[in-house]
Amino acid sequence: MHEMGIAMEIIDIAISSIPDNVKNACVEKINLKVGKLAAIVPDSLRFCFDIVSKDTPLAGAKLNIEEIPVVARCKECDFKWTINTPVFKCKKCKSGLIDIVSGRELDIISIEVVEE
Amino acid sequence: MEIKVVRKVLDVNEKMAEQNRKFFAEKGVFVLNVMSSPGSGKTATLEKTLSYIMPEIKSAVVVGDICTSNDADRLAGTGVPVVQVNTDEFGGDCHLAAHVIEKAADNIDLDDIELLIVENIGNLVCPAEFDIGEDARVVVLSVTEGEDKPVKYPLMFRECDAAILNKIDLLPYLDYDIKETIHNIKQIHPDMPVFEISATKDKGLEPWIEWLKSKVNSKQKRL
Repeated sequence: MHEMGIAMEIIDIAISSIPDNVKNACVEKINLKVGKLAAIVPDSLRFCFDIVSKDTPLAGAKLNIEEIPVVARCKECDFKWTINTPVFKCKKCKSGLIDIVSGRELDIISIEVVEE
Repeated sequence: MEIKVVRKVLDVNEKMAEQNRKFFAEKGVFVLNVMSSPGSGKTATLEKTLSYIMPEIKSAVVVGDICTSNDADRLAGTGVPVVQVNTDEFGGDCHLAAHVIEKAADNIDLDDIELLIVENIGNLVCPAEFDIGEDARVVVLSVTEGEDKPVKYPLMFRECDAAILNKIDLLPYLDYDIKETIHNIKQIHPDMPVFEISATKDKGLEPWIEWLKSKVNSKQKRL
């Protein structure tokens, strides 16, 4: 629901990451990691990004979104597994004491830039 | 040319939230972020909560809504300082971000309070994603919503420290299985305390009030 705001943050971070010595930079691709537990819908994010990136060096850039599965580790028995259904209990020993190892990401990894 | 960035998209918000957390700690103020879907009875729950804890715990409230000051007007009736935040007149944000709380806190005498309650915008999705610098998060759910809400919105129920199940006075009139709701909450967050209450009928609030008081007091002791 807040993908528009997220798209604007992505644009700010990407623009500030373009090195000063690259003249007339054009960003072709933005590589992102988005965890499955993050409250983000990739298609909505792409849609919003296309709108707010107009008239910026990011216009026409592709959002390359790598979706990260939700992985948990049991604090009691150290068992590690991927959560595919909304149950946050250890699959092995049923303990509720778990750490979320991945799945909350919302990270910009890199941008791919060409000089015009 | 690939340029490494490796930054959190919500970096700006997270830094602001950390700054808020530090500032509130210096002031000795415990911050509670209250979230829920629209209409679950957040405002009624807070009105009743304030009537229990005041004047023992000096409190103030920040109320977030897209539009209107209706909730702020109701909460002001309890006698605590209330700051209304409208994210926009029509439309607007679906959550309160850290910078909004920083601004709202400017309008409150933090030296005079121990507890700042933030009533977030009614929404079970976005507020869960945004750290505002709080000490604890609570989700309010009502028995007029589906039993499967916790599994439909897992992030919210994972991120919160306690759940309030409101409107239990309506149970005799509803085809609702409260055990299933609690089971669903425990599937998402096994050790989360669940408080069954009726805010309007003043039922079952004591365990929730005790939980809240102990949280506020433990922060006071750490100072």
